[in-house]
Amino acid sequence: MWRGVHSGPGLKKGRINVKHRALLVVAGLVGAATLIVSLSVAAAGTSRPTAHAAPAKSAAIAPPKVPNAAAIKAKYHGQKITFVGDSVGGLHARDLALAKRFQKDTGIKVNVVPHPAASDASFAQLARNFSSKSSAFDVMMVDVVWPGAFAPYLVNLKPKLGKAAKAHVAGIIQNDTIGGKLVAMPWFGDYGILYYRSDLLKKYGYSAPPKTWTQLFAMAKKIQDGEKKSNDNFSGFVFQGNAYEGLTCDALEWIASAGGGHIIDNGKVTIDNKNARTILDAMRAQIGKITPKNVTTFQEDQTANGFVSGNAAFARNWPYMYSIAAGADSKVKGKFNVSVLPHGAKGGSVGTVGGWQLAVSKYSKHKDAAIEFVRYATSAGVERYNAIAYSLVPTRTAVAKDKAVVKTNPYLKPAIASVPRVTRPAKFLKGKYNAGSKVIYQGVNEILQGQSASRVLPSIKSKLQRLLR
Amino acid sequence: MSSVATPAPTPRRRRRTRLQRRQTRLAWLLLLPALAAVAFVAIYPLGKTVYQSFTDQEFLAGVSPTKWVGLHNYFGASGIWHDADFRHSIVVTIKFTLITVSFEFVLGLIIALVVNSSFRGRGAMRAVMLVPWAIPTVVAAQMWKWMLDDTFGVVSDLGKKAHILSRSNAPSWLADHPLMSVSAVDIWKTTPFVALLLLAGLQVIPTDLYEAAAVDGANKLHQFWRITLPLLVPAILVTLIFRTLDALRVFDVFYVFFGNRPDTQTMAIYDQSTIVGDGLVGYGAALSVAIFLVISLFVVIYVTVMRVGDQA
Repeated sequence: MWRGVHSGPGLKKGRINVKHRALLVVAGLVGAATLIVSLSVAAAGTSRPTAHAAPAKSAAIAPPKVPNAAAIKAKYHGQKITFVGDSVGGLHARDLALAKRFQKDTGIKVNVVPHPAASDASFAQLARNFSSKSSAFDVMMVDVVWPGAFAPYLVNLKPKLGKAAKAHVAGIIQNDTIGGKLVAMPWFGDYGILYYRSDLLKKYGYSAPPKTWTQLFAMAKKIQDGEKKSNDNFSGFVFQGNAYEGLTCDALEWIASAGGGHIIDNGKVTIDNKNARTILDAMRAQIGKITPKNVTTFQEDQTANGFVSGNAAFARNWPYMYSIAAGADSKVKGKFNVSVLPHGAKGGSVGTVGGWQLAVSKYSKHKDAAIEFVRYATSAGVERYNAIAYSLVPTRTAVAKDKAVVKTNPYLKPAIASVPRVTRPAKFLKGKYNAGSKVIYQGVNEILQGQSASRVLPSIKSKLQRLLR
Repeated sequence: MSSVATPAPTPRRRRRTRLQRRQTRLAWLLLLPALAAVAFVAIYPLGKTVYQSFTDQEFLAGVSPTKWVGLHNYFGASGIWHDADFRHSIVVTIKFTLITVSFEFVLGLIIALVVNSSFRGRGAMRAVMLVPWAIPTVVAAQMWKWMLDDTFGVVSDLGKKAHILSRSNAPSWLADHPLMSVSAVDIWKTTPFVALLLLAGLQVIPTDLYEAAAVDGANKLHQFWRITLPLLVPAILVTLIFRTLDALRVFDVFYVFFGNRPDTQTMAIYDQSTIVGDGLVGYGAALSVAIFLVISLFVVIYVTVMRVGDQA
């Protein structure tokens, strides 16, 4: 029956062809027009997340000179290396500034490629790169939880940087040493801290930041109820609730600070316990009440946007947000302070250990030039610059005590910096860390979306046990 | 395939002339580059995926060497057969497919009928309707994600200003209605494509049929049910197959909107995060094969429907 139709309108073929031609011309024009539209949308798109990105202070302080530049220049001048650098906040601009200075002093050209903003996506990118034995990347940023997984693909830095390593915090060097080889060099540290609006606390009659989660919930509710009258978008508390690596960090803090263990303890999965259930259910009850409903889609940048635009009373984030909140573009400049994160009824305050290292790929064609870049980037001068201009936690003990550094970064004061640090279960999961972390953040995200912890935790537990086997 | 080609009797082949034989040889020679290309881009990767699905290959292979594990990825204790997350992703994908394809078809048909009738500015109308489809999906999805943001998004803002949404308790589109918001974006984006395919189908229907029908006293509604719709069936089927297969392997909109969010994982997202995120190449390959089977199921259904229709 249909075949007849196809052979039917033979006489009209000419007319139809003309019609189609007109359609094609129109389609072509539309294509061109949309290309322009989409390109401008894309351009507008890339500019948004960095709206608050550039801290004011970075302009005042420039990257330091490369020490011993003449000798490096004589040996490696003209070589080209690729550095997989940062993308969060204004840190890509920092990488470009460092690369420019390094190139000027040594004649080694550094091509900076920002990695994906979510750490798990960044892991995947490097894993693909290593498994294809690609020489495309020379120097890469390595999260504190990765050295175990990537060690076979990284250059041992001990012969060349072993001496410099002694100036860094011993615990991080230990973390970066796998089988006696120093596979990565500490670049900056990280731990979760609580940002709070000191002006609003005062306005609503609070003299100090919250000590427990229950206090935080109550304070956030009261402040939000008051502020909502003049600002519809105001919420009490923002954090990283999206299903990605950041939620594993946040959840570890909640659970450990409530006496619920560290997800995996001594090789055994411990997440399915009463204290963990209580705190996770308590967090779920706050979604949409003192947080925006879509906090379950927030990563670091959205958290920073919420707090820095003056739309949140409390925020959990890494220290990097300090320089953005204190920057010239910030709406909360001079109106906020930092503290340790609150704890549950049965635990004490903790901060998840984060932080990034620099490593050199085994497949790099310019290993020596790459190591010189790592030496420069992890030098005392650059760490000081990172701390003052970008509020990144120094990994060199001497820099962390530097008066100018502590003055611009109050979270380095002993009261906050000495908080017990908790580590993600990387040493148990090793090469399967990414898969294990996905199990954790997907499960916790499900809880935040409304599932009860007693339903989800057993499934997290059994999946993690399978990975540990 | 074998049922279509009637087996050529052997004696006839022997009686072929030299010219025929030479031509056959030439035909094979001319086909060779195409066959090589198909083997290289389709058969080799497909075969490799099937092979990998029987191994425990992982991304960071230097850590543990790859072993042959037989059907373990499919029916082992932690195989696909027992994988609740994969089952959930199939449900999500099929729900999404049913919602989007049905809306796109109805809306697309209406649009196609409108722009097929003659009116002033029809050319411009046809051009404008294509705009959403021509925007790259990732760009469109990111744009919509910002527009649907419940704090800063324009959708919530307009809704509040027009007093449709409550100021204090407006819905969070992405958090509360994930499947609806993602479907809306897909419908917005792909309806023009459906309309375009159906429009092509409408244009080959000869106008004299309508003239004859009008002479016989059929009204517009009759004409639609008795002429337009039956003659459009081939175009409709092609459109539905295209869209269904497309929707079943949806990745980009979901990835931009939800990343690895567990309750909104489609089959493709689950597979991608297994291979790229977890580095489980072997298991991911087995998932790919399973997805291939799920999608084939739909193809079989459609082809059967088509054949039944053909015989009627």
